[in-house]
Amino acid sequence: MASEHVLEISHLSKSFGKHVVLRDIDFTVNTGDVTCIIGASGSGKSTLLRCVNMLETPTTGEILYHGNDITSPGVNVPAYRSKVGMVFQSFNLFNNMTVLENCIVGQTKVLKKNKEEAKKNAMKYLEKVGMAPYINAKPRQISGGQKQRVAIARALAMEPEVLLFDEPTSALDPQMVGEVLAVMRTLAKEGITMIIVTHEMAFARDVSSHVVFMADGVIEEQGKPEEIFGNPQKAKTQEFLSRFIQG
Amino acid sequence: MPTDFLGRVMVVFQRYGMSMLQGAGVSLKIAIVGTIVGCLIGFAVGLVQTIPMEEKDSLAKKIVLRVFKFILNVYVEFFRGTPMMAQAMFIYFGLFPLMGINPTMTQAAYFILSINTGAYMAETVRGGILSVDPGQTEGAKAIGMTHVQTMIYVILPQALRNIMPQIGNNLIINIKDSCVLSVIGVAELLYKTKAAAGALYMNFETYTITMIMYFIMTFACSRLLRWVENRMDGADNYDLATTDTLAHTSGMYSYGDKTKKKEEE
Repeated sequence: MASEHVLEISHLSKSFGKHVVLRDIDFTVNTGDVTCIIGASGSGKSTLLRCVNMLETPTTGEILYHGNDITSPGVNVPAYRSKVGMVFQSFNLFNNMTVLENCIVGQTKVLKKNKEEAKKNAMKYLEKVGMAPYINAKPRQISGGQKQRVAIARALAMEPEVLLFDEPTSALDPQMVGEVLAVMRTLAKEGITMIIVTHEMAFARDVSSHVVFMADGVIEEQGKPEEIFGNPQKAKTQEFLSRFIQG
Repeated sequence: MPTDFLGRVMVVFQRYGMSMLQGAGVSLKIAIVGTIVGCLIGFAVGLVQTIPMEEKDSLAKKIVLRVFKFILNVYVEFFRGTPMMAQAMFIYFGLFPLMGINPTMTQAAYFILSINTGAYMAETVRGGILSVDPGQTEGAKAIGMTHVQTMIYVILPQALRNIMPQIGNNLIINIKDSCVLSVIGVAELLYKTKAAAGALYMNFETYTITMIMYFIMTFACSRLLRWVENRMDGADNYDLATTDTLAHTSGMYSYGDKTKKKEEE
């Protein structure tokens, strides 16, 4: 079993009833990779990412994490998830906790760290995303961009091996998009392994080391960002990117 | 005997006031215990009923869960679907002697009111859990929490806040409905009222006192619960954890300014 890959997705398919959402998906993620998944809405990008975190159970296929198939029965899925962080489009911060508690609870309850250590760690990441002054605020009291930065800090505080982003900026206004992408750029530079579903093409082009273009539930084309954005081979990719490239 | 209404009310109160107040105390005690225990039962039942069943779960787990959910459904439907007065007679004069249990009347009252409230609360809790945004569950799962951890730390605190008005409703209903337990001889407010009214042949005056007593109890409880709700919501504002006084006016946003222009291309 190859274990140099952090994640290896092979022949993954997902259907909801008779409706096939993903068909025969293959791609691998190595340590330090920033993989951007792009494509039109409804092409299955988010479902794919949710499958990677087992929030959706794949219908067929394998997801190998360091060579172990996490879709097989008997796998401790929560333990796997604690190593693969996820940031959502709708933030999903815990409404009953403050910003600081949001970043602590996973560390103390899942990783069983003591409170002091967890707090120190949480502060480190909250500072990194520029949210340290807001530790006493509740999620309902801060803006969308701030929520998303806290959500990133919460995911980072678990010190995961891979971070998944599910359209992290889609619910934000342009200024907030800027705040969040700036944080993500910093993370990319630090070499954190990330898989990002995004509609921010400039960001995908500049930051990613690997781009996956999806259309109608299949991977239409994948490769280096220069290849996909500079010289797309498939008609669907060209069409999808035409507006962006002209602009 | 005074000829005016208020004067007669005062006479009733002087003679039977203490006894009625004791009865009111019993009513309140039964209602509070019944509501608290009922809530605990409701939370337990509601939790089991919302355990998700996944395809990959083992057959044994599925069967056990099905059986449990079925039994709990029967409990909820049965106790919601029959009058509490009939249940009281059935349990106190039928079931308890049959099982050889011999509780005091008050213990029986606690028991009956608790399981009755539990049946209603089970549905309320289930609704409360379903009312919490599914994103909260996903957020918790994504940092590796198990179903139990997700429930304890994320979902239940929010569900509890959402169902507080309903818990208050139940408490008030219980204060009033504990009166049906007078059929098994529990000496609560209505039982004492009947005794007083019967002794003096003054129904209007006695029941006036009773109504006032019930209203004071329910109104006090509803205010108290409203206060608890406000406490749960916490402060409307928060302290910025910084010594930089400029931050209070600037909104503290400086992070990522340099790269912002690039993103907007």
